Amino acid sequence: MTVVLVLVGGAVGAPLRYLTDLFVQSRHDSVLPWGTVIVNVAGSLILGATASAVVNSGAHSWLLTLVGTGFCGALTTFSTFGFETVRLLEKGSWVEALLNVTLSLAAGMLAVLAGWALVSAMW
Amino acid sequence: MADASGDDDGTPMPWPAHLDLPVDSDVPEGARPVVHQGAAGALRERWDILLAIAAGGALGSLARWAVSRGWDHTARQMPWSTWVENVTGAFALGLLMVLIVDLWPRTRYLRPFLGVGLLGGYTTFSTYMLDTRLLLAAGEVPMAFVYLFGTLLTGLLAVWIGMMSARGVVSAAAQRARGSGRRSGSGPKGRAGR
Repeated sequence: MTVVLVLVGGAVGAPLRYLTDLFVQSRHDSVLPWGTVIVNVAGSLILGATASAVVNSGAHSWLLTLVGTGFCGALTTFSTFGFETVRLLEKGSWVEALLNVTLSLAAGMLAVLAGWALVSAMW
Repeated sequence: MADASGDDDGTPMPWPAHLDLPVDSDVPEGARPVVHQGAAGALRERWDILLAIAAGGALGSLARWAVSRGWDHTARQMPWSTWVENVTGAFALGLLMVLIVDLWPRTRYLRPFLGVGLLGGYTTFSTYMLDTRLLLAAGEVPMAFVYLFGTLLTGLLAVWIGMMSARGVVSAAAQRARGSGRRSGSGPKGRAGR
């Protein structure tokens, strides 16, 4: 059962990351990989909220397997974040690379904290 | 592509030979304009690509789940499993992207299935953030910072090592191709291959 939840979550999360990236990248011409930043921050928010719901608010743990391990795990990506940063560095776009790292980590941390706090405050 | 290195003197390819490698590994540059038709258009035109990504994402997530399950950690311990998943996935994506762009540019499903799906699903940014938050909440502040910046630095290094390894393979292959081209006396135009 757990395996199915992980598979389903992953099968939805990964294509959604691709579609978000397509949509975002076609609507700006900045060097920063905004598509990846957005999915990573959104996924961190959702995972923070889901983990909080299970730990603090008594939601069933299958929710964390489906939404957390499956969906958020596949929606967000560390490999692409790393690859994009290294490519920016190679191109000599040091400022953009630093901005990408700072923005992703800072917004990602804020998002996971906000998601967690929001759910434990509401329930 | 390998021709960008210039002379046939067998020197390794310099950096600029690879500047056509995209920054965004998920969405190829040429794929972008189609999206102006909207998400429905992308779904209609690229349902096969989306299926490949979904299959890869499901399998990558399962692999991540399996590694994490076999290597559990409490809120006060270093999340080694997430670190290993992210760093090995980052290395593999660096390797894969160079190989796809330089050696197998014509494949349709390789990048969506392996790069976007499998490795994207296998690595995770959200758990990396949640792990850090849990360490902070448990009062393990120094460990949280070591984990946060340690994952970042080793992950970037892993991508770079992956790319360098693949470039070694690619330039060795190009050198072999050049060598055989010279022996057959076909000259520069004769090795156009594609």
